[in-house]
Amino acid sequence: MFPMKWKVIEKSKLPVLMAELAKENEVFAPVKEKSIVSFERISSENQAYLDFRNTKKPPKEVFFPQTETLFTYRTDKKNVEVLEDPAVKGKRVLLGVRPCDARSFALLDKFFSSGEDKDVYYLEKRKNTTIVGLACNAPLSTCFCTSMGGNPFGKEGMDLLLQDINDQYLIETVTERGEELIKKFPWLKDAEKADIERAKKLSEDAEKAVKSKVSVKNVSEKLDRMFDDPMWDQIYQRCLGCGVCTFLCPTCCCFDILDEETEEVKRVRIWDSCQFSCFTLQGSGHNPRPSGKERMRQRIMHKFNYFVKNYGESFCVGCGRCVRECPVNLDIREVVGAISTRQVE
Amino acid sequence: MENIENSIREVAEKLLREKKVDLIIGYEQGTLPLRTTPCFVDKVEDVQKLVWNASCDVNLSKYVVGRKEKVGVVAKGCDARLIVVCAIEKQFPRENVVIIGVPCLGVIDRKKIEAKLEDKEVLEATIEDEQIKVKGEGFELVLPKKDFLCDSCLTCKHRNPPIYDVFVGEKVPEITEANEFAEVSSLESKSGEERWEHFKEELSKCIRCYACRNVCPLCYCKMCFVDQTMPAWFGKTNDLSDTMIYHIVRAFHVAGRCVDCGACSRACPMDINLRELMKKIEKIMKERYGYEAGVSFEEVPPLGEFKMEDSQEFIK
Repeated sequence: MFPMKWKVIEKSKLPVLMAELAKENEVFAPVKEKSIVSFERISSENQAYLDFRNTKKPPKEVFFPQTETLFTYRTDKKNVEVLEDPAVKGKRVLLGVRPCDARSFALLDKFFSSGEDKDVYYLEKRKNTTIVGLACNAPLSTCFCTSMGGNPFGKEGMDLLLQDINDQYLIETVTERGEELIKKFPWLKDAEKADIERAKKLSEDAEKAVKSKVSVKNVSEKLDRMFDDPMWDQIYQRCLGCGVCTFLCPTCCCFDILDEETEEVKRVRIWDSCQFSCFTLQGSGHNPRPSGKERMRQRIMHKFNYFVKNYGESFCVGCGRCVRECPVNLDIREVVGAISTRQVE
Repeated sequence: MENIENSIREVAEKLLREKKVDLIIGYEQGTLPLRTTPCFVDKVEDVQKLVWNASCDVNLSKYVVGRKEKVGVVAKGCDARLIVVCAIEKQFPRENVVIIGVPCLGVIDRKKIEAKLEDKEVLEATIEDEQIKVKGEGFELVLPKKDFLCDSCLTCKHRNPPIYDVFVGEKVPEITEANEFAEVSSLESKSGEERWEHFKEELSKCIRCYACRNVCPLCYCKMCFVDQTMPAWFGKTNDLSDTMIYHIVRAFHVAGRCVDCGACSRACPMDINLRELMKKIEKIMKERYGYEAGVSFEEVPPLGEFKMEDSQEFIK
């Protein structure tokens, strides 16, 4: 138990807190622009907006931007001179992350830090960032976090957790890094017992409100024997092969690396998607995943089989974005449901 | 509506039973309120899955391109027109497709409903002729359907498919009074610089998921120009200049072919108004060549032929 575990802040004081945070940190938080809420760098023009169900885009781009220059170099074809290493070194605060999305960081951390060649680009930014979560009082009908090991008031992946208790946020300290941050705001009031009890009640209600359930029990094991199952021939037909599900997924993190050549060459990494036809297109012209069938199977296998084998849990946090945003309503809950009830040899 | 739904099922059953087609492509109930999803029926007993209502919004001609088997397709005016365009462009033999023409009074724009409800979520919905009843946590509303239709449907000139093989239901009156290019006028009133700023602002939201391309029946290129890697033709980052090149070239690529079905705008997760530039191009095609895509098999698409009297004022 941390000595300063529970604090409260009036909602009207939040901008003061944000302004103070911004003095020493780059602050990222949800911003509403027209109909879209997404994580942006907070500035005087960009004010945080915390009254959302969930953001359109997940926060992964704070650590894994859609386009990221890894380094630049100059070459005369004999020698190569590396010009800059633009890694982010400054301290950051990422505020307003829903528990499902915060959980995605716990999974992404495993992915980006495994093996011998750790992904310094992701890990550097991650190391320098304090994550302030925002508990989810009102899950959507498409949310299934509780089926994926999460919870609307879950704390995994966070340093601090804000809980909306009417006109105040209750601030719960989760890690030492969170405690370090909270120490800088001695003016924060201690929480009353009633505040904590109120949050507990909201948490229980929120958990009950997650009505969408997906059974992943046995799915990984079943998928072991379903690589050639005729089910894939049916299921993929509707899929358009666009990148909505993967780009809006908080855990999907496949990328492509390319060189952008002007006078200097920028080595850039960009988001890529296993649903795109050129994702596995080889230099020879051969494509081992020639149709949507193999691509959709890959997405499901990666999330519910390969990742389970490599890291011990599914690569899905149940945020429901792919369910809500798929242009043809291809619902991953149905696909996983079909696998879980499939009779396989 | 129910009558149309029943008629669709009857027609589908007949086509399958008589082996006129191997597959019916239509819509079935989706997993969320106000959503349907494409449905592929190859067994007579499955025709009961087929539904028809104002949330049948995916342009099903997308699923015809590249098919070898004979298919029957449930087609609104815009779906039927794109089947015609793709058949003219030889993406499948005309005789392989039975167009099951359906009269359409417009499809619902979920984004308009979401905007109206702000953060409230629709948990249940029923669509009637003139109304959409929506229910959610602590609210129940009756919305006038006409206010929540897709923009492309509001001025649609082909609510009845101009070309079809079987027609179900009764023809509905066409919209005659509305100016379908009215929304282009604000774009036209801007200076070149203002237009550029406007497109920059709109397209800066793009995440390059290619939903607009992949949902478009006209985007059937085996290798899209943006996917070319040996060598790369265009940048693939979400840098604004790369993004704008993608959208501009795609808009040019569907010139004289786009029927303004609105699928691109509906599919865009970032709510970009993708129709605007397309609509302007559609207007140019109409003014310069008197051409409207997908309404005739006889007329040659203007960008597919050269005539001496073609307007050439752009050659300086």
